[in-house]
Amino acid sequence: MSDVTLIIDERPITVPDKTTILQAAGRLGIDIPTICYHEACTANAICRMCVVEVEKQRLLQPACVAQVREGMVVHTRSERVERSRRTILEMLDSAVDLSDAPEIQAQMADYDAQPGRFPEAERRAPAPIDDNPMYIRDYAKCVLCWRCVQVCAEDAQYTFALSFDGRGFETQIGTFFDLSMPETTCVFCGQCVGVCPTGALKPRREWLLEQGKTPDEIMELTRTERRKARRAKK
Amino acid sequence: MEGAAGGGALTRAQALSNTAAAIETSAATVHAGRMIRCLIGKSFLGLSAHCVFATIVYQQDAIGFKETKNLEKALGFDACWIHRTRLYSHTFLLSHQCLIERIGMPELHFDPLDLTPLHPVLQRHAPLGRSGLLPALLDAQALYGYISPPVAAEIAQTFNTPLADVHGVIEFYALLYNEPVGRTVLRVCTDPSCALRGGDAVLAAACALAGVEVGETSADGAVTVERSPCLGHCNSGVSVNVSFGRPQRNITFAHVTPDTVEELLDGRGRTTADFWSEDYVGGDLSIVTPLCGRGRRTRLLEYEAVGGMQALRKVLTTMQPAEVIEAMHQADLLGRGGAAFPTWAKWDGASRAPGQPKYFVVNADESEPGTFKDRVLLEGDPCRVLEGAIIGAYAIGASRIYIYIRGEYPLAIERVEAALHELRGAGYLGANILGSGFSIDAEIRSGAGAYICGEETALFESIEGKRGFPRVKPPFPTTHGLFGKPTAINNVETLAQAPYILIHGPDAFQRLGTAESTGPKLLCVSGDVVRPGLYEIGFGATLRHLIENLAGGVVGGKLQAMLIGGAAGAFATPAELDTPITFQGLRDAGLTLGSGAIMVFNDKRDLRDILRRLARFFAHESCGKCYPCQLGTQRQYEILERLAAGRPLPGDVGRLRDVGWTMTDASLCGLGQTAAAAVFSAMKRWPELFESGEAR
Repeated sequence: MSDVTLIIDERPITVPDKTTILQAAGRLGIDIPTICYHEACTANAICRMCVVEVEKQRLLQPACVAQVREGMVVHTRSERVERSRRTILEMLDSAVDLSDAPEIQAQMADYDAQPGRFPEAERRAPAPIDDNPMYIRDYAKCVLCWRCVQVCAEDAQYTFALSFDGRGFETQIGTFFDLSMPETTCVFCGQCVGVCPTGALKPRREWLLEQGKTPDEIMELTRTERRKARRAKK
Repeated sequence: MEGAAGGGALTRAQALSNTAAAIETSAATVHAGRMIRCLIGKSFLGLSAHCVFATIVYQQDAIGFKETKNLEKALGFDACWIHRTRLYSHTFLLSHQCLIERIGMPELHFDPLDLTPLHPVLQRHAPLGRSGLLPALLDAQALYGYISPPVAAEIAQTFNTPLADVHGVIEFYALLYNEPVGRTVLRVCTDPSCALRGGDAVLAAACALAGVEVGETSADGAVTVERSPCLGHCNSGVSVNVSFGRPQRNITFAHVTPDTVEELLDGRGRTTADFWSEDYVGGDLSIVTPLCGRGRRTRLLEYEAVGGMQALRKVLTTMQPAEVIEAMHQADLLGRGGAAFPTWAKWDGASRAPGQPKYFVVNADESEPGTFKDRVLLEGDPCRVLEGAIIGAYAIGASRIYIYIRGEYPLAIERVEAALHELRGAGYLGANILGSGFSIDAEIRSGAGAYICGEETALFESIEGKRGFPRVKPPFPTTHGLFGKPTAINNVETLAQAPYILIHGPDAFQRLGTAESTGPKLLCVSGDVVRPGLYEIGFGATLRHLIENLAGGVVGGKLQAMLIGGAAGAFATPAELDTPITFQGLRDAGLTLGSGAIMVFNDKRDLRDILRRLARFFAHESCGKCYPCQLGTQRQYEILERLAAGRPLPGDVGRLRDVGWTMTDASLCGLGQTAAAAVFSAMKRWPELFESGEAR
């Protein structure tokens, strides 16, 4: 493996071949924002928050997958980069409930993204799905980072309970013919909840606490549900 | 519900023998005394499980082509004349729907929960593995009208594919349904070219007929009406794609008016297969299109009679693959699909790439609004395209050819299938072609309603049985293409040019164009011109020559604008009429040739409405993978919808700019990167359009 020298934000750095721009920038302590990227998941370059300007390249390059090359000159906060990141954040904010996504909120502040930049915008606001005792799926908060689908499949669990409904703006994470989670292949490993960046997937207990229920009430609720389930079985 | 074989008054076997009798009687009447016998056989084309063959054997030389047409007329079906070796016999391919309509074959009704009829279908596709998923879903839907959970589960099991994945695939493609829809589904095109010809009125008439709103199914479950993205009949709109009957048959109709919508419900109407509504093909040159636009498919024999297949013969018997690639290099043929990438470079890359097997893919997922050239080529002269594909496959050392044709082009699919059959019969496909030792076969894959699958990597995903998400590039298809193997993928028109290069030499090809843009080019002219149609020109002709001389000039008013390159293209003004049509010339003028679509708008047209339709197209067709496009196409559509309605909000221009630049700069694939191109070009040329709310 040979080494490659490149310049990121006017600072030279030498890294091994096949390093991504994101990793190289990280070594310099340059923070490139990401939303969909997760160390444990295959990088798909879908959120495009990590785009950087590479000289002599017509388009902005996604730092999470673009690999370094000898002599490359990278700008991580050029005007074009900032405009793209700001607009992506503003569009995201106009479509999705980001109240449970502190990282994205911090990015919005950092890039001066205005909440409400897009008036009269259609939002994705389906009702929360409460179909199992373990976790809630509140897709009004989903930013479609794909992490849950990936960990449910080849990136971790090989359970394949999740896929997509619709396409384009109408895309939503879903199950086979909208089956409830217990009816799918889901094994309730909880990995999807663990990687969700926006609180769209959340432990049910946490969600109930947020709804103002006390621990005792939650316990009572759980008992009632179990009793119902037992009766249904009989 | 009735079962597959037993139900109704008639069994399939009885119906087949009735069919034979009916054809025999008709043929005997029409060609009295000259018919020897009529043979009926089941389909072996794999086109559909529900076709039959009728071979009618005549006394030698007793019947000419015209008389065959008379027979077709008497029988009342569109037939497919495929036999070539014996001129005195004619083989017709009859679809099940013909039999139902004309001969009284019972229509099949399958209970969506009865999986019996599904099994033969699955058996046929099972050897393909996961790659057979989309063909199986399309066939299952043809049987049941939609894909129910048990059917989907059975398919998942057959292909050893997770249930969730099967569901995700059904959800991705517009032509697949996971809940019941009307027995007849009308998909009316309302994209710009058809809109100019009254697409909205046809859509309204269809809705009125069914008593529904757009996207709904009538209460009796008879009709569903949908809005369709461009159907590639821009020269002969309004176009409506119709699925009807069981097993479902799909036809794309042309020249539909509000008055004729009703005919479509039972599959009547005009298509480009009819001689009176064939595509108009003209231009200065006739290199690629001499056999197109005749309302019928050119048979292999006819193609051979004018020198067809000679290029393949020459290549296979006298040239090494490297020499073929070198000839393409000399000719400097640039891809005609929109990206203008050098064809030889793709072939060279794939031929050098390590790894076996290699694949050759024909990209016939033509869906760019305003573009219909590939359809005309495939419907009119498929052998030329296939000859180019076999040459390309030889050049890269491929072991299989895939032809991915968009699902809304059923006629093209049918005709390419028939052409493949002819080519196999004549030894141009199969083992040891022309004694050269080179073996290859080709198969057709049908799309299922997704513009994004024209993007090469999304197309691979689709063939592999997945949602059509474009992949991150690099790696590129030449090294990691279909099934992760080295792949060359070319547009239909590009391949149709290859035989000429190899027969007449790169120099002759270059002389047809200019130094940088070599060869002939097909241009799809639609909109407000006297003669909308497909025009073949040499690169270097001007837009003025094309619009005023070839297409007969503008109708309905003066020229206001031309949209060049389709939805992903750019607007030109009358001041740019003298721009030469070359890649460089258009680029210098801030335009792009794209796929070669040129939509013409007269000065009575509201360009804001056109922009709104383009934006709706992109919002509908975005795959949803990357954020800039998934969110940006929707926001762009909302803003342009406001603008077209005459009520823009303060700051909308700034929003459009930011959204547009973000999509252009940061999107993952070409769809998002070009989704704002037309809007930007309009902003530059007519800034006033974006300022006040008054209609232009």
